[in-house]
Amino acid sequence: MMEKVTNSSDVRVWYKAARAQDFPQDGGACVKVKNMQIAVFNFSRRNEWYACQNLCPHKMQMALSRGMIGSLEGEPKVACPFHKKNFSLRSGECLNAEEEKISIFPVKVEDGFVYIGFTE
Amino acid sequence: MVGYKFCEKLRSQSREIELIVYGEEPRPAYDRVRLSNYFSGATAEDLLLAPASWYVENDIQLFTGELVTEIDRQNKKIKTHSGKTDHYDYLVVATGSGAFGPVLDGVERHGVFVYRTIEDLNQIIGYGKQIKKAAVLGGGLLGLEAAKALLDLGLETHVVEFAQRLMPRQIDEAGSVVLAYRLSQLGLTIHTGKSAKKIAGNGKIEALEFADGSALSVEMLVISAGIRPRDELAKSCGLEVHERGGILVDNYLRTNDEHIFAIGEVAVHNDMVYGLIAPGYDMADIVVKHLLDDSSRQFIGFDMSTKLKLIGVDVGSFGDPFGETPGSIPIAFQDKRNGVYKRINISEDGKYLLGGILIGDASQYNLFHQMMVNKIPLPSQPETLIIGLQGKAEEGAGVKSLPGTAQICSCENVSKGDLVFQVTEKGVTSIDELKKNTKACTGCGGCTPMVNDILKFTLESLGHRIKKRLCEHFDYSRQELYDIIKVRGFKSFDGLLDAYGKGDGCEICKPVVASLLASIWNELIVKQDTIQDTNDRFLANIQRGGTYSVVPRIAGGEITPAKLMAIGRIAQKYNLYTKITGGQRIDMFGARVDQLPEIWEELIDEGFESGHAYGKALRTIKSCVGSTWCRYGVQDAVSFAIFIEDRYKGLRAPHKIKGAVSGCIRECAEAQSKDFGVIATEKGWNLFVCGNGGSRPQHAKLFVTDVDSNTCIKLIDRFLMFYIKTADPLTRTATWLNKMEGGLEYLRDVIVNDSLGIGEELEREMKELIAHYHCEWKKVVEDPELRSKFKHFINAEDTDETLEFTDLRGQKMPVDWNRK
Repeated sequence: MMEKVTNSSDVRVWYKAARAQDFPQDGGACVKVKNMQIAVFNFSRRNEWYACQNLCPHKMQMALSRGMIGSLEGEPKVACPFHKKNFSLRSGECLNAEEEKISIFPVKVEDGFVYIGFTE
Repeated sequence: MVGYKFCEKLRSQSREIELIVYGEEPRPAYDRVRLSNYFSGATAEDLLLAPASWYVENDIQLFTGELVTEIDRQNKKIKTHSGKTDHYDYLVVATGSGAFGPVLDGVERHGVFVYRTIEDLNQIIGYGKQIKKAAVLGGGLLGLEAAKALLDLGLETHVVEFAQRLMPRQIDEAGSVVLAYRLSQLGLTIHTGKSAKKIAGNGKIEALEFADGSALSVEMLVISAGIRPRDELAKSCGLEVHERGGILVDNYLRTNDEHIFAIGEVAVHNDMVYGLIAPGYDMADIVVKHLLDDSSRQFIGFDMSTKLKLIGVDVGSFGDPFGETPGSIPIAFQDKRNGVYKRINISEDGKYLLGGILIGDASQYNLFHQMMVNKIPLPSQPETLIIGLQGKAEEGAGVKSLPGTAQICSCENVSKGDLVFQVTEKGVTSIDELKKNTKACTGCGGCTPMVNDILKFTLESLGHRIKKRLCEHFDYSRQELYDIIKVRGFKSFDGLLDAYGKGDGCEICKPVVASLLASIWNELIVKQDTIQDTNDRFLANIQRGGTYSVVPRIAGGEITPAKLMAIGRIAQKYNLYTKITGGQRIDMFGARVDQLPEIWEELIDEGFESGHAYGKALRTIKSCVGSTWCRYGVQDAVSFAIFIEDRYKGLRAPHKIKGAVSGCIRECAEAQSKDFGVIATEKGWNLFVCGNGGSRPQHAKLFVTDVDSNTCIKLIDRFLMFYIKTADPLTRTATWLNKMEGGLEYLRDVIVNDSLGIGEELEREMKELIAHYHCEWKKVVEDPELRSKFKHFINAEDTDETLEFTDLRGQKMPVDWNRK
């Protein structure tokens, strides 16, 4: 997986993940897409959805979906449950340490279903 | 010293300029200010400003024991006494000054020394061993330092001063009277107004004879009657010198040869020689800048204020000490009996402090000096500054009112703003870090109390801010949120955030609020799983690789063989790694998140319940064997431990809480390292509180003695409830107590003596809380909706294929962290 931010305009495939109501409120869940693990976050307070790779680059653990979400001066973020490395869910950048960027994917909700966008 | 400072400053700004140092003495630069320490234990190495290795590391060629004897200005070359030659683009003369004495007949006799170099000191020490009575010629700063050194050698010491007063350049007559009185009480004999003419004796000194015909019998004489600039080199190569000695320099410290500078005591600027290190360091700084093409700074004179401790007597002299400024009005206070003299000179309009002298009590020196330098207006009755109750507290207050531009350390030119910046922006929290980063206090050390005060006040001001806010989302402290949640009845994070917070929350405030909600309402935390911290999210401790550990409660560490076997069977079935914990129970590792509800279902069927090993909650109550089986036990420790653990299980708190019960004084349950610990006595129980293990362990403190079980429980109820309500987030009880105003005494007053009248309320709140207890794992196991949260993928039943284990001693363990 290359670290990159996929824009909605570049999406070729929208993967149907699960029903929106299956996801926790103001929290994340992990979606299996082919052989990838994608963390999807439901920011219910804002009515916004974000998605990123499940792998935290710090110690290479598949854990980001279990992290707490929140914001840093308005920027939506997730804190990895292992060591609380914060990642922006807009840019993928690590906000509180020197770690590699994570990949970000666009999310849309249609007819009560959550879709994740991929370029291929 | 000034030569060394030049090297240090040059190298901090340039590594390109080739730097070579020639020094007459056999060692690298050492601290002459603290020379008298040599007599009280400091070695020559201790006094070095920097070891020889520092010069090597900084690309500086240092030649010690090489006296430069010639300067060839035309060819820009120098030559030393050993015949060595070298050349330069620029030459900096920092040869300082040498001891100079009056013309005395007989100065060549044995037993006569000067007080300047370490070699001099070694000779004085050596000779001093053979004699009993010595005198110092010179009652100035250096002479009194030398006198102290002789006192330290155990000699009967006299001080002879030509002028009518001691330290004639720093203090006035009235001050000298008080100082001489103080010094005589410490063992010195002072002779002022004495002009020495001859050293008498047969081969060695036996007496000092004076112009008025009197004589003083002595066996050793240390001459410290003045200094002369070491300007021989300058004279011999045609540099302009002052008629009384010293190399003339301009505002850039240049001699009349544009390639030669002079700094320190050898230089004369505007008819003045500067014998303190602060102006010398300033000169070094200006020359370094000038050499690097920065002409912004010029030497235009220097504040000669000084504060020192002479033989245990504080002496301070600042600004215009003698009131020579036109219009200056003195206010003085002389208390010879207590050895105190204070004089301040104020301006004619009564507004500003011009200078002053402090003897015996110089605690206000820093404050007065700052007032003078920064032109801080005097109080309407300036005499109150020196008459009236002035304590340390006043001085502290003074520091707060200083502007950021106030110069605190004059030797290294450090301002209050510089120091505050280090604390607020660079996270400095100790005096050592401040010294390292700014070099304050490393010169004469006089500013140390003030720097300490500034550090303390700045940290305190920051502390207030930190305690207030949880994070950017809540402008309240944990204690305030406790009250808000309780009083307003908030039951969810969202509700609280809507009413009292802003933004989306974060991994700092969510767990704190979750903990508060649990501590107040004790409802099922899984219902608000996304605000819980890592381990509480899935009611299990996350491990490397992403699996979890399972810890059933084993209250008091007591278990039946049947239950042991049940744990064994379950661990084997799910292939879990098992280990016994410090809390006297069993931990099972390697459970996938989807296996957790199944494992717990089986454990609950066998009669177990959650051990809350994952929570900021009560963990265990350790026990020793106690009176049931142990031949030493005086009370039934195990029963009491089980009772206590069952009472408080499930309780959530600002941090984890651990307890223990020991059955006798041998304390096998280690109760004194617990948040609360109970030790049996013949009559009942001793209760200890606020102990912690961890990286900075602290023993618990004795709280009450010989109480019965009911009273013990009542006090623990109150103690825990008080902790839950008032501690900061993630603060163990030890830290909570350390930060508590009034400390243990106050805590005992509140809990045992009920000084705040809240004892009954605390007990009631605790009863309500524990009445709400339910095993949260049991609740999850019984509720399909809660169970469904325990899956790796939301859209598949697959497990995480990245999980990988290896074998260690016959059990499994996760493979190493992936290397990047």
